[in-house]
Amino acid sequence: MMSVAPTIQPGFARPVHDSQAVFRTLLAALSRPGRPLPLPVSPEPVAPLGPAMAALALTLLDLDTPLWLDAEPGGEAAAWLRFHCGCPLVSEPERAAFALVTRPADLPALDAFHLGEAAYPDRATTLVIQVPELARGDGALWQGPGVKDRELLRVTGLAPSFWAERAALQPLFPLGLDIFFVTDRLLAGCPRTTRVKEA
Amino acid sequence: MEASVRLRCEADLTGLAGYNFAYLDEQTKRMIRRALLKAVAIPGYQVPFASREMPLPYGWGTGGIQVTASIIGPEDTLKVIDQGADDTTNAVSIRRFFARTAGVATTEDTEAASIIQTRHRVPETRLREDQILVYQVPQPEPLRLMEPRESETRTMHALEEYGSMYVKLYEDVTRHGRIATAYSYPVRVEGRYVMSPSPIPKFDNPKLTKAPMLQLFGAGREKRIYAVPPYTEVRSLDFEDYPFSVEGWDEPCALCGATDTYLDEIVTDDHGGRMFVCSDSNHCARRRAAAGEEA
Repeated sequence: MMSVAPTIQPGFARPVHDSQAVFRTLLAALSRPGRPLPLPVSPEPVAPLGPAMAALALTLLDLDTPLWLDAEPGGEAAAWLRFHCGCPLVSEPERAAFALVTRPADLPALDAFHLGEAAYPDRATTLVIQVPELARGDGALWQGPGVKDRELLRVTGLAPSFWAERAALQPLFPLGLDIFFVTDRLLAGCPRTTRVKEA
Repeated sequence: MEASVRLRCEADLTGLAGYNFAYLDEQTKRMIRRALLKAVAIPGYQVPFASREMPLPYGWGTGGIQVTASIIGPEDTLKVIDQGADDTTNAVSIRRFFARTAGVATTEDTEAASIIQTRHRVPETRLREDQILVYQVPQPEPLRLMEPRESETRTMHALEEYGSMYVKLYEDVTRHGRIATAYSYPVRVEGRYVMSPSPIPKFDNPKLTKAPMLQLFGAGREKRIYAVPPYTEVRSLDFEDYPFSVEGWDEPCALCGATDTYLDEIVTDDHGGRMFVCSDSNHCARRRAAAGEEA
């Protein structure tokens, strides 16, 4: 009997230059929290991953990055990630170097992810949360390193308790979670140093 | 058919045949890129990374080169300075390295550069938000002189145990009557991590704080990457009764007449002749060009 190979969507059209362009956008976004930046390339989305989340995965994930995914492990997105990134998928959030979250309202408790270690705070999980909308100039007040005076940014689609849970992690600095919020076309950085005050 | 077309497109953008764009392989770049993002997220903290062998010796900027290679793209314009000057051996060879392996434009003009890699200076021209400054760092650990064991210094950073650094500065005061540390002057980033600003003169320390540009630090031999994001507080360590101060000179730059820049002493003959000139060669040349236009 012949088995039918699953169809896997392509990755970047130009792997070297596309991942460089996406990385520079990620670096700029994390250096300037609260300022969403447009995605410089557009890989095809792989449901439920939108183009921006797919681009981030192609840019940063590989065999060294255990990944936690809230999509079905047997689904199209998981197969695509295994094929293009070769990253191991883990079911325990605390083992994840990266977590891709496509249903932000159902996010596990934030302290279930790896917050880093006192001597190695860099080992903390990087969360990538896909949300419906990032609206600049409106919503919560963002301050901290990378923000000149203040930024206003509204992130939609999060659970009501999200920002309170995140604020509870703040006293643990240098431990903490670094977050990228993405829509289909925009990327915004929210490192552990950013203080977000809800309006 | 389609694949061969694609390969040719990538090759057109690559500088040197047989090498990946910007020398490093893609997996190495991803590893360094992840380290850079964590470095930005934890300002002043030294992120370990798997530093690679580079085609030049340790101490010649292998850390800075790996950082630059991981961030640079075909659209970038690169400037490289060594002790402030664009025309010294180290700066010229690193600039040529990237011109050949990445095919990028290079410049000596501080304002035209999108990435500036530097050894031992911060340019006099105020940098902008869209510029990135990459420092070459020989010894990233500010506590290393007091404590040779990495396991100990790592614990000291974890516990914010920075007393020995203050003791070192205090010993300066007891011995010399002032803090005599003149370069690699330790700083504290956002009130948390004590960081080495790399061996820049302390004259440049005030340029690090609340700066508009992103600052990345790479130490190749010591395998560490760290960062100062834009608009981040960087305080030089000092005492209430011995506040931090920068050095000054009695005479202006002999070439451009500047009184607010860092000056190098140049020996001009073997009879004790000497002159003081700006260490930032591009800044000095621009001031002289501007003065020439006015005259």
